[in-house]
Amino acid sequence: MENEILSWGQIIARIAQQFLPVWVALIATFALSITYKRKLGLFGKLFDSPVGMVGFLLVMFWVYTAIFADMIITMDPIAQFGRVKNPPPGTPLKDVAEGQYPYFLLGADHLARDVFSRVVMGARRVLMIAPAATAFAFMVGVTLGLPAGYFGGKLDTFLSFLANLVLAFPVILLFYLLVTPEIRNTGIPVVLAAVLFIFPIIFFATLFNSRFFTNPPKRNLYVGLTLLIGLWAYSGLAFNVDPLGIWSMDPNLLNVFVSVVFVNSPTVFRIVRGIVMDLKARDYVAAGQTRGEGAWYIMLWEILPNARGPLIVDFCLRIGYTTILLGTLGFFGLGVSPESPDWGSTIDDGRKLLSLYLHPAVTPALALMSLVLGLNLLADGLREESLKD
Amino acid sequence: MLNFVARRLGVMALTALALTFVVFYLTNLPPNLEKLARTEGSVRMNDNAVASWIENNGHAGPVIGRYAQWLGVAPGWVITDDKGVTRGRCIDGGVKPEVAPTYCGILQGDWGFSTVFKHPVIQEVGKALGATGWLMLAVMLVMVPTSLLIGILSGMREGSRTDRVLSIFAIATTATPEYVSGVILVALFASATAGISPLLNEWGWIEGKTLFLGTATSAMDDITFWNFALPVMTIALYGIGYIARMTRASMTEVMTQQYIRTARLKGVKFRDVVIRHALRNALIAPFTVIMLQFPWLLNGVVIVETLFNYKGFGWTLVQAAGNNDIELLLGCSVVAVFVVLITQLISDIGYVFLNPRIRLA
Repeated sequence: MENEILSWGQIIARIAQQFLPVWVALIATFALSITYKRKLGLFGKLFDSPVGMVGFLLVMFWVYTAIFADMIITMDPIAQFGRVKNPPPGTPLKDVAEGQYPYFLLGADHLARDVFSRVVMGARRVLMIAPAATAFAFMVGVTLGLPAGYFGGKLDTFLSFLANLVLAFPVILLFYLLVTPEIRNTGIPVVLAAVLFIFPIIFFATLFNSRFFTNPPKRNLYVGLTLLIGLWAYSGLAFNVDPLGIWSMDPNLLNVFVSVVFVNSPTVFRIVRGIVMDLKARDYVAAGQTRGEGAWYIMLWEILPNARGPLIVDFCLRIGYTTILLGTLGFFGLGVSPESPDWGSTIDDGRKLLSLYLHPAVTPALALMSLVLGLNLLADGLREESLKD
Repeated sequence: MLNFVARRLGVMALTALALTFVVFYLTNLPPNLEKLARTEGSVRMNDNAVASWIENNGHAGPVIGRYAQWLGVAPGWVITDDKGVTRGRCIDGGVKPEVAPTYCGILQGDWGFSTVFKHPVIQEVGKALGATGWLMLAVMLVMVPTSLLIGILSGMREGSRTDRVLSIFAIATTATPEYVSGVILVALFASATAGISPLLNEWGWIEGKTLFLGTATSAMDDITFWNFALPVMTIALYGIGYIARMTRASMTEVMTQQYIRTARLKGVKFRDVVIRHALRNALIAPFTVIMLQFPWLLNGVVIVETLFNYKGFGWTLVQAAGNNDIELLLGCSVVAVFVVLITQLISDIGYVFLNPRIRLA
């Protein structure tokens, strides 16, 4: 039996059907959140702002897509199907094997790989790296920004100089220098990883120590756990020598990850430093100092919680920015393997034939745009709601 | 003021030194040099031959020393080989070793030789900068007025419908990086099969197959609206959203000031309040943002020139990096770093001039 090319209505219906788990999860999330929104603090207030809700919807759509990617995809995103190049959306497959999906829902690229499945899998890849890289950048920025803003003086001058140094680098140049296959042999990514990945451990160890040092058993437990888990993960992620082999990172991925963290952390540093310089003149800081609290206690348990509003907003924006950066890396074919379905590489693949075939490049482009737009709208909604406090 | 400028210049020089050293270090890593040896010498060289090529071409020795030579503060290397032929960093084809200068780094204006384009680096960079200059100029002419207008219109009445619509537009453009908007714009305007071009062609509104051209290579010789509109739009769009949001924030803040209320209560027309009273104060912050936008434009330029195949600075940088053309990449980096640092300086100084409340001792 020869299948016909699907019409756009059929394509949309079939795509909607593939996304079924996402719809269920989205409806559940929204129903629960709106029911209990008065009890959920800032997150609940988000549902008072239409902009924030739209943003949250877009973001959660992609988050659930990433989680359920295995159920959504119709074909193996890396495998090639047939010999027809760039078939348009809705093209039926020839010689369908038993149990195989019979259509290229959104067409296929120049190697006859299914565009729809690649975009869905790309979401998983992007959402695995971007939030994690942003979180690391925040750890670095917060751990260095707090003392720089609080103590000021020579430490501040030195750290600010370093931050400005990194910021004065055109990002793309830095990527071209840092994310090359050759540089992996020199060990520079590992050194960078060793420096950058130590900050979360320092952060949490100081966090617990400054709070519980008056209660040694509790302090020892928390700090000990932090060091144990932290150093275990650290050995695996940075040096790939985890004795149990649970924590490890592909050298390619490590290179990309480290570069993105490196580029983002100076901006976070500057934001945190600015907020701390503003907040340290407040009365509750003076009260803490009069009580004789330690400097780190004041920074981590007095100033940081009060700085959370702008930091959460910036975190959302920065995930979007990191997504853009990852896309840029893919666009220039840096760091990631050519097989990889991440959105930047897919756009780069597709753009070469852009004037003839649109679908291989436009689909991931729209996907990337909607995710970043969602994050920006979410940040905007959060900012508006947190200002109302 | 002078003191301030002098201190800024000092920090700037220090930053430039540190940055160029980092670039020099990263481009002259051993694997890069080995690759250079194989492309310049012979692909089939064994490891010993590679090592001796590196030695004979002045790429051996401590990196600080080589950096100083490249900068032009240390004497360039001179090597006399077994056959008695003297070669050196400063000894080019026609120059005799005896009369060749001792120092020849970028400070002396010797930027080296591009292995990809087979021209002196300074010539290549100059040509590319010229091409990019036109692009930047067009982008600025589109971006700055549009974004200021959007920012002022949405900021003068916060929360109005105009404000909502324009803000959403601004957020949408900041969420669209150049490589996405470029692809979408090409799909919409420059594709013979999709978007609006086939429609316009059918109606007989346009002569060619497409409304705009999807590549800007022909703009190298002759810039026309047809071949230049899409690259300019692509870069400008991303910046418009950002500057417009900054202008809006600054404008809304100014509009809540007491002197604006006083002017309104005095009976001054709303239009005059905005133009005479609010505008100047509201434009201080966006000025800084516009200047600091230059480094970002540099990014956009690299992406857009690659996407539209326009052989400017960004395209040259990509070629240099992709082909391991060390001297050209260094030259591009120097230019890029200086553009960033100088715009930072201008933005600092301009901020002080525009804002009379800041007094520097």
